[in-house]
Amino acid sequence: MSKNTFSIGGVHPHDSKISRGCAIEQLPLAPTVYLQLSQHIGAPAKPIVAVGDKVKVGQPIAEPGGFVSAFIHSSVSGTVKSIAPRPDLAGIPQMCIEIAVEGDEWAPGIDLSDTLVTAIPEDNKAIVEKIRLAGVVGLGGATFPTHVKLSPPPGSKCEMIIINGCECEPYLTSDFRVLMEKGEQVVVGAAILSQVMGGVPCTIAIEVNKPEAIAHMEEVIGKLGYKGISVMPMKMRYPQGSEKQLIDAVMHRQVGSGALPISVGAVVQNVGTALAVYDAVQKNKPLVDNTLSVTGECFPRQANLLVRVGTPIKYIIDYLGGVPEDAVKVISGGPMMGKAIANLEASTLKGTSAILFLTAKQTLRAPESGCIRCGKCADACPMGLEPFLLQRLARANDMEALEQNAAQDCIECGCCLYSCPAHIPLLDIIRQAKGAVLGAIRARAAAAKAAAEAK
Amino acid sequence: MLKIIIWTIAVVTVLGLVLALVLFLVAKRFKVEEDPRIDEVEKAMPGANCGGCGFAGCRAFAEAAVKAPNLDNNYCPVGGNETMAKVAAILGYEVKEKAPMVAVVRCNGTCEARPRTNNYDGFASCKVKAALYSGDTGCSYGCLGCGDCVNACQFGALSMDPETGLPVVDQEKCTACGACVKACPKHIIEVRPKGPRGMREFVSCVNRDKGPVAKKACANACIGCGICAKTCTHEAIVIEGNVAYIDPAKCKLCRECEAMCPTGAIHGVNFPKPLDKEAIKERIKARQQKAKEEKKDE
Repeated sequence: MSKNTFSIGGVHPHDSKISRGCAIEQLPLAPTVYLQLSQHIGAPAKPIVAVGDKVKVGQPIAEPGGFVSAFIHSSVSGTVKSIAPRPDLAGIPQMCIEIAVEGDEWAPGIDLSDTLVTAIPEDNKAIVEKIRLAGVVGLGGATFPTHVKLSPPPGSKCEMIIINGCECEPYLTSDFRVLMEKGEQVVVGAAILSQVMGGVPCTIAIEVNKPEAIAHMEEVIGKLGYKGISVMPMKMRYPQGSEKQLIDAVMHRQVGSGALPISVGAVVQNVGTALAVYDAVQKNKPLVDNTLSVTGECFPRQANLLVRVGTPIKYIIDYLGGVPEDAVKVISGGPMMGKAIANLEASTLKGTSAILFLTAKQTLRAPESGCIRCGKCADACPMGLEPFLLQRLARANDMEALEQNAAQDCIECGCCLYSCPAHIPLLDIIRQAKGAVLGAIRARAAAAKAAAEAK
Repeated sequence: MLKIIIWTIAVVTVLGLVLALVLFLVAKRFKVEEDPRIDEVEKAMPGANCGGCGFAGCRAFAEAAVKAPNLDNNYCPVGGNETMAKVAAILGYEVKEKAPMVAVVRCNGTCEARPRTNNYDGFASCKVKAALYSGDTGCSYGCLGCGDCVNACQFGALSMDPETGLPVVDQEKCTACGACVKACPKHIIEVRPKGPRGMREFVSCVNRDKGPVAKKACANACIGCGICAKTCTHEAIVIEGNVAYIDPAKCKLCRECEAMCPTGAIHGVNFPKPLDKEAIKERIKARQQKAKEEKKDE
């Protein structure tokens, strides 16, 4: 058994990877897709098509709205029906481009064949530009634009690329299936990333509950013969797949509060992102589809689906037989960090990794009782915070103390909530406080900047 | 034994006297000269320390009021004109009378009007809920019903109506301190002038969705149709972002908009008579007819 893991906190929920045996299926095209303009961290994209335009698969339909932003491509071929606000997964209206699907015609220049292209182009700048134009964003959940991550600020140097194949969230199996079925492409993608960052070594981190994937990737790396790529088996522990925790686990380096991983010489990319990088660079294929797991004990038709971005959630569920009767919660993502979907009419995003059905028994929240100061939450917090204290401060609305106690460093992993014997909704309270503290920090920075400019 | 007791009493007494002398000298030497008016002003304040004036509490307000050259920027909404008159008398300033204000809830999406689409089982706080998603109904602008405003109110003026799921303002108790306005993450509470004899007219909806979307989510929503703005002869109503707003300064309380509103989103309160929709509609019709004829004559 591997002992590689992060140094503080963490929990170990049952992994429940019940859809691990389901091979990736291609979902038939939905009659209409809705592509949200804001499906990455940063500024929303700006539409570059008009209502009535005919678009093809892979054609850019929105351009970045700032430096930290990404292109959005049409995931289907058809006609643009509207560009209007539409409730997203949380029910909050977001600008969407609605496209009525007609056939499946791809934009010219995209290589749709299955042949593996192993020769990597030499010009690194051109590679990053290709990744940017393909709208690749981090598919691990945060959807940070990949080209920004690959353009480190001057003065910082990357020493290692980590490909995140931990998939530490229970139930999720999409990364596992990608490793098993598209391992070659992932390795080429990893090699491209490693070359762009200056030929640094690359570690593919996989938790030991996926022994087939570890063996398969080792075999593929041996076969393809890229230098510097290795597999690192990881101990099962949540939240290992979180960027800062993974860097700690693999490189034994800690990223400071508010700092970026590049400050300790690390760049972390998800398995799905490595695949998207391969598609973008070697096949000219922009990010128009992603793999997601549809799973849950109460859901009979488990599946790992290759879904076009913007497919309505309801269409996916109906294709697999509809919402099971005893499901009370539909979650986008895993059970620990995923968010309940308030609106099934909403569409998938680039970063949607799973649709999970949970029963009333699984989601039951026991009544909250008083904190007994057992310290389990502080033990479980992977960021070394004191959730019991933070929630008290948050309830008292003491912003100054919240900031001093680093509420802004919370990664919202939910370990505190998971471990609390008093069932205090720690994360619910802290998440809101974290948002307020980050807002205050940002406002202060903006005010300082304005004052400096005024001088 | 006796010796010990006597000694103890003697030592403690002497120690006490010495320390009292030290305290006396220190108090004399380091006495902080404070404007005595601060204390007087503070005494005149309601003492709720609610922060409705924008200062940390009544003492902070008193300090600021004494320092300020006039009372234009310092006004205690809780004490109102009465308190401010007292403060002005102490400080020798002039005070402008302000119309009494009251909090109004700009959402009338009752349980019946707003069908539920989701069930929330998380932490009962509007702030937390708002950070997670749009709410239990199709309306992403309306009241979330967890009662953050009720908790924020120090005067017991707010309560949740279990039948409608909406907060109710007790206008007798409301001091217009604005704590609920700050607490509401959906910004549905507004502090408005109380109006003559408490009569006021307001749009009880903040939904900015387009008409059909808003109507589908809530039967009582303002759909931004603009009928009220067209009807109003005082130019008191503006439609902005698919929602109407009545300017209390211009409203003459004729209730025509209320009668014409197709969804009942406009509320009039404390009027002596119930709204006679038909009579008002007749009146408007007659007026419009007259205007038409006058135009023809020209």
